[in-house]
Amino acid sequence: MRRIISILLENEPGALSRVVGLFSQRGYNIETLTVAPTNDPTLSRLTLTTQGGDRVIEQITKQLNKLVEVVKLVDLSEGPHIERELMLVKVKATGAQRAEIKRSADIFRGQIVDVTSSVYTVQLAGTTDKLDAFIEAIGDASILEVVRTGVSGLARGDKTLSL
Amino acid sequence: MELLSGAEMVVRALRDEGVKTMFGYPGGAVLHIYDALFQQKDITHILVRHEQAAAHMADGYARASGKPGVVLVTSGPGATNTVTGIATAYMDSIPMIIVTGQVRSDWIGNDAFQETDILGVSRPIVKHSIMVRDAREIPAAIRKAFYIATTGRPGPVLIDIPKDCTSPLEKFEYPAPAKVKMRSYNVVTRGHPGQIKKAVDLLVQAKRPIFYTGGGVILGGAAQALTQLVRQLGAPITNTLMGLGGFPGDDRQFLGMPGMHGTYEANMAMHHSDVIVAVGARFDDRVTNNTAKFCPNAKIIHIDVDPASISKNVPVDIPIVGPCEQVLAEMLDIVKKDEVCLDKEALDAWWKQINAWRAYHGLRYSKDESILKPQQVIEALYRVTKGDAIVTSDVGQHQMFAAQFYKFRRPYQWVNSGGLGTMGFGLPAAMGCAVAHPDATVACVTGEGSIQMNIQELATCLQYRFPIKIITLNNQSLGMVRQWQDMQYHGRHSSSTYEESLPDFVKLAEAYGHVGIRVTNPADLDSAMEEAFSLKDQLVFMDINVDPTEHVYPMQIGEGSMRDMWLNKTERT
Ligand SMILES: Cc1ncc(C[n+]2csc(CCOP(=O)(O)OP(=O)(O)O)c2C)c(N)n1
Ligand SMILES: [Mg+2]
Repeated sequence: MRRIISILLENEPGALSRVVGLFSQRGYNIETLTVAPTNDPTLSRLTLTTQGGDRVIEQITKQLNKLVEVVKLVDLSEGPHIERELMLVKVKATGAQRAEIKRSADIFRGQIVDVTSSVYTVQLAGTTDKLDAFIEAIGDASILEVVRTGVSGLARGDKTLSL
Repeated sequence: MELLSGAEMVVRALRDEGVKTMFGYPGGAVLHIYDALFQQKDITHILVRHEQAAAHMADGYARASGKPGVVLVTSGPGATNTVTGIATAYMDSIPMIIVTGQVRSDWIGNDAFQETDILGVSRPIVKHSIMVRDAREIPAAIRKAFYIATTGRPGPVLIDIPKDCTSPLEKFEYPAPAKVKMRSYNVVTRGHPGQIKKAVDLLVQAKRPIFYTGGGVILGGAAQALTQLVRQLGAPITNTLMGLGGFPGDDRQFLGMPGMHGTYEANMAMHHSDVIVAVGARFDDRVTNNTAKFCPNAKIIHIDVDPASISKNVPVDIPIVGPCEQVLAEMLDIVKKDEVCLDKEALDAWWKQINAWRAYHGLRYSKDESILKPQQVIEALYRVTKGDAIVTSDVGQHQMFAAQFYKFRRPYQWVNSGGLGTMGFGLPAAMGCAVAHPDATVACVTGEGSIQMNIQELATCLQYRFPIKIITLNNQSLGMVRQWQDMQYHGRHSSSTYEESLPDFVKLAEAYGHVGIRVTNPADLDSAMEEAFSLKDQLVFMDINVDPTEHVYPMQIGEGSMRDMWLNKTERT
């Protein structure tokens, strides 16, 4: 099962390498990873997605919690949450394709953020599923380049992950 | 306020943490620190002959004293040479501080002379590591390192200090020691009372209970609380390889060690138990055998200070996260206050069964008049030292024989590399024990293979007059490897013998300025051993010829349950 683990991390050199190292060292895999400082510059917020059954995830979270720089963490997939990923896609856009791609982008609530005579760059935000669906809709043949940020997210409602 | 250089702050901060002895080896990146050491008297520095040994010495010191061991080495090769020693300490949760010199800050990343990213190299084998970026950070970094290394589940912490941060030319105010506070590191101080109560309730219902306790009992200072509780209840107990000494080894309630080379009675009792109280033990694969077949009828209570240890290998029924000492003391309180006792009738029947198992095997082996059996040597060692020596070991058959046949009666008495299984650990670890307890008898049980992995430390032993007794069970082979080859590879001894290339250990000991004694005749064993231990101020190297064909038994059968064992070369359960 896919899990979204969200971590509040000391914003210190070496902290990220310890988190990433833990995954490879213990044979867990990371599917996506995003990290950036929060409004408190001494803290980073890190979101990662991984696959695993309950026992594996329990081990992962316990091991992560043992890292000295990990301040707090939560498995967002345990409850209602909001997740977003940002994607930029460069697609071939000539002739009839131009209108077709514009239409698809609109349907997915994407924006065209760069244009040349033969290429559109589409920006799209949403869940992983939605971004996957857009890629499917456009088709591999038209796609020149894809870049995704990986998932970030937080819990719905009053719950927060903070000090 | 006093003004100190970075190097002086390193030494002062160590002193303020109570450090009296450190182990190390100099080199370019730490010369400022060595110069600061030279100019003070509070801390003694032991100059080793190889940095790996410095780490093992600090480790042995920690295991014998309960206090963190401290290592000081230079950058590059000095630092990388400690890696096996750090990993050894990490696997057994030993508190240790490793101070490594680093090239000067502005050279880092340039492949400078003797530059290694030791933080990167050591990352998976430390509890934590700290890179100093400014001399002013040194006092706080050292305090933090000690705090992390010694609290919760202990472990090694490495501090990397670039050379410019220790320059004698720049002086700084040295802040008075203050309590370490960290928002991201919290240690549990108390087990959940509700869980503790539940555990006692489960114990009361048990018909076939057993205590299974590990290194956490020793590290957590819980041996006394454990002993009281187990005696109060009258239940059987087994100690893992790391937990030996946590309960008196000569007590009737003690069943010996469990696991791959555990006693027949310990493994049988574990397998047939209905309630297991695991304390500071981690269900290591060398104990459980195949976890799918592990103790099929047992409900498990697991007490450990590290939540990640709980339900890692084997799911447990009642987890209690907390310091072993506190949790056991609280259990004992409940047991006494509520006059809790185990089901008398069931317990009697259980002991009857256990004693039958004990009588059936009980570590039996056959003697021979013409050649010594390794087991006999450990029995003689136990007799001659009256069961009171601090014993370290290396890794192999000799280690298992020592664990099986020496009855450890107190914590910190048995020092071995359980988790990593590091050959070459025994001698330097014994030296660390000698530093921690200058008046104690320290014996290192080793093999002719293992001892050669850090033999150079015989020179250090002369320099500092460590009167260690080295008990070498010389079977002229990498015995444990050979045993596996006998049992699983049809006796093809691939690279496990030395073809007449063994050194003359007696002459070797003498060349290093020590006493060497060789024993070949079984009849001479006791007198030779008496003689060795009567030389109180000298290191004695005993080269004892033992039967090269002997195997360690019992031996669990791979993929089986705990009760599946070979009992000797032809008989299995
Ligand atoms: C550094 C290291 N290398 C290899 C091994 C694998 N190993 C385990 S036991 C053993 C043989 C040890 O021989 P010896 O010290 O003579 O002890 P014996 O088993 O003969 O008593 C070996 C090679 C190890 N544990 N550690
Ligand atoms: Mg040998």
